[in-house]
Amino acid sequence: MNITRRRLLYLLPAAAIAWDSLIAGAPEAAPNYNMTDHWWGLLMDITKCIGCGTCVQACQAENNVPDGYFRTWVERYHVADWSIENPIVDSPDGGKHGFPPLETEGGKSFYVPKMCNHCADSPCTQVCPVGATFVSPDGVVLVDQKYCLGCRYCIQACPYGCRFLNPETNTASKCTLCYHRINKGLTTACCETCPTGTRQLVDLKNPNDPVHKFIETHSVQVLKPHLATQAKVFYYGLDGSVR
Amino acid sequence: MANLKDAGHLFRMAAVFVVGIVLFLVLRGIFVPRSFGQYGHYRGAALAEIASKPIMFAGHGTCESCHIDVQEVKSKGVHARVACESCHGPLAKHADDPTALQPPKLDVAVLCVRCHEANLAKPKAFPQVVSAEHSGGVVCDTCHKPHSPRIADADTASAENPSGDSK
Amino acid sequence: MNGIPVEGFMYPNEIELQWSVLIVLYPFLTGLVAGAFILASLERVFRVEAVKPTYRLALLTALAFLLVAPLPLQLHLGHPERSLEMYLTPHTSSAMAMFGFVYLWYLMAVLVVEIWLDYRRDIVILSQTTTGLKRVFYKVLTLGSSNISDEALAIDHKTGWIITIIGIPSAFLLHGYVGFIFGSVKANPWWSSPLMPVVFLFSAIVSGIATVMLVYMFLCRARGEQIDMRCVDTVAKYLFYAFLIDFTLELLDLIHRIYEADESFRSLDFMVHTKLYLPHIVIQILLGTLTPIILLAITQVVRLSEVKRRLIYALAGCLTLVGIFAMRWNVVIGGQLFSKSFLGYTTYKLRLIDREGLLVAIVLTVLPFFILWALIKLLPPWEDVQGSHLETAYGDD
Repeated sequence: MNITRRRLLYLLPAAAIAWDSLIAGAPEAAPNYNMTDHWWGLLMDITKCIGCGTCVQACQAENNVPDGYFRTWVERYHVADWSIENPIVDSPDGGKHGFPPLETEGGKSFYVPKMCNHCADSPCTQVCPVGATFVSPDGVVLVDQKYCLGCRYCIQACPYGCRFLNPETNTASKCTLCYHRINKGLTTACCETCPTGTRQLVDLKNPNDPVHKFIETHSVQVLKPHLATQAKVFYYGLDGSVR
Repeated sequence: MANLKDAGHLFRMAAVFVVGIVLFLVLRGIFVPRSFGQYGHYRGAALAEIASKPIMFAGHGTCESCHIDVQEVKSKGVHARVACESCHGPLAKHADDPTALQPPKLDVAVLCVRCHEANLAKPKAFPQVVSAEHSGGVVCDTCHKPHSPRIADADTASAENPSGDSK
Repeated sequence: MNGIPVEGFMYPNEIELQWSVLIVLYPFLTGLVAGAFILASLERVFRVEAVKPTYRLALLTALAFLLVAPLPLQLHLGHPERSLEMYLTPHTSSAMAMFGFVYLWYLMAVLVVEIWLDYRRDIVILSQTTTGLKRVFYKVLTLGSSNISDEALAIDHKTGWIITIIGIPSAFLLHGYVGFIFGSVKANPWWSSPLMPVVFLFSAIVSGIATVMLVYMFLCRARGEQIDMRCVDTVAKYLFYAFLIDFTLELLDLIHRIYEADESFRSLDFMVHTKLYLPHIVIQILLGTLTPIILLAITQVVRLSEVKRRLIYALAGCLTLVGIFAMRWNVVIGGQLFSKSFLGYTTYKLRLIDREGLLVAIVLTVLPFFILWALIKLLPPWEDVQGSHLETAYGDD
């Protein structure tokens, strides 16, 4: 094809625009999603959890979590009598396939799902030496898989044990609050598949979010409040024995 | 008194340091990713990368848009709030191209007990049974239709299945 | 999970230890650096003439260990090829990131400069008297200047003195920072303590002094030289003092924990009495702290013969190093053996052949001694080069 001067005059601006979008990198998450309009968290209603482990399986399926490592898991507590400082806790394979029958009778027992608390004042992002883990503008604590050194300082710094080193990528990994879903109007995989409505995503910047309203009107707790991490996973009905 | 001439070697040493610092700044300019610092002390492009991961669960809204008949039945039963993929597994691929991927047949015996096997730690009000004693070996969906599992007419259930439990 | 035995309950992701024996080795090696340098500064700044024979040796020891120190870290990283990121985009809130700069500062602006200034006369002479590759090596080190006049050397001496003055707080910062990397982690009650940087620092000083003392005694023996007893007695005395402070600090931490008995105490107490009984009670406290302190105390109060003193110093020195290594082990590994739920314990599986295994740890511990050997050959700490550096014109400032 002969490139005439006129052709070039048309081609060049077109090429410039194409080049622009090329070097702009990957397309933005979703066209109508503005990060600063959202501040994500989660509500766990402990009174409803049945320890089925569906959330653990769903998370593994959605996020390709390697076996033996957990972005979310379920713990079972058994508290005998008044002794909330000595619960008996188990989490067989993270509760992925449910729980065996409870050995001891009496006292109270219940299930507690755990996950990354997406702390607003996150101790794990504080210690990352290179800025590979961070709190996104919409409140989700994420790990940049291409930048992480695998030094594991963040894993040491997390008080909740929600991080692990992914043996396939040799980088730190953890719950991303299904970041790839929530900015497209979907909920997280665990909230989607939870059969009893224990887990519900909440947008703390949206006053009309019913879950947000619930948190504002009911007694809720966070894990390890004395560490002042400003955790954003809220528990309703949490017993004092929960670690 | 210190003579500048005699301190020549110190200036040479200082020069080595200056070269080192300049080299460091050059390396910095080359290797620090372009989007670093865009939103905070991290690579801004990471957000879009993480956000563009493939989706495995379609979400019940998507299922309902096609499977209207099932949704009709389900919305009236006790499994109304149970998402489709809670039992059927991740089916975004099926939603994208329904004929290309058929959802796998579910193993009812394993699936139902996952939630409904009796356990002292489950909330008391939650429907749970000791599966070994409940149906005498009969698989769950013989009596319970998964999309609307409550057996509405207890007498009918007993008549059809003498050993069946009523709920 | 992974066949790792667990007692009680651990959060599922806590079962496998994250920081291995290499991360135990790292503070041990940097501790030796800080300690060796503090000993060297005793002579330079505090005019403790008696320890002069160990001055250059202490600096070379510090350099040998400082060069090896990043290796365990590199072998531990999931992506060592990305380690430059710590210098390019350091996260200023991260103690680990800022430590990269403290390390670099200490290596280049303190240790290398001080060694260069002290050895410059010898380097210039060697660049003129040796041949071949060695000659090129020394020529490069001279940075093109062959001025070793009295005035130039006086400037070197003055500058070196200033560098040492800067070096002392730098050495404190070097190892205090490592302590802070652990001490600032609020998630881990075994680590989180304001005492941690101070304890690390003093145990570093103890281990560094012990190392230089042992190396000096060994090399004298190896070269058929007389051990300068006045020197070794003084070094041992400072080892004793540093040990007393270190022991006091560790005792303070222990008493405070037992007395306050916070939510973590029962779990930690159980761990120390079971999983950490051998490394903590037996090796660190009894063998590695109390025994050397008592041995050194004996030499301070009872008049013993030279032979007996040398024997005690050698034994105390070795036990000290074992004890300080055990201390690092108990902090790093111990801090990961218990669950952050305070309800359970896991096990550390140390493999022999592994990127972070025992064999690698042994190689990395031995490697600095080979480097030290090479440094001693290239930059002799004893006055073999014509004209003793002790005899030059510059005297007191």
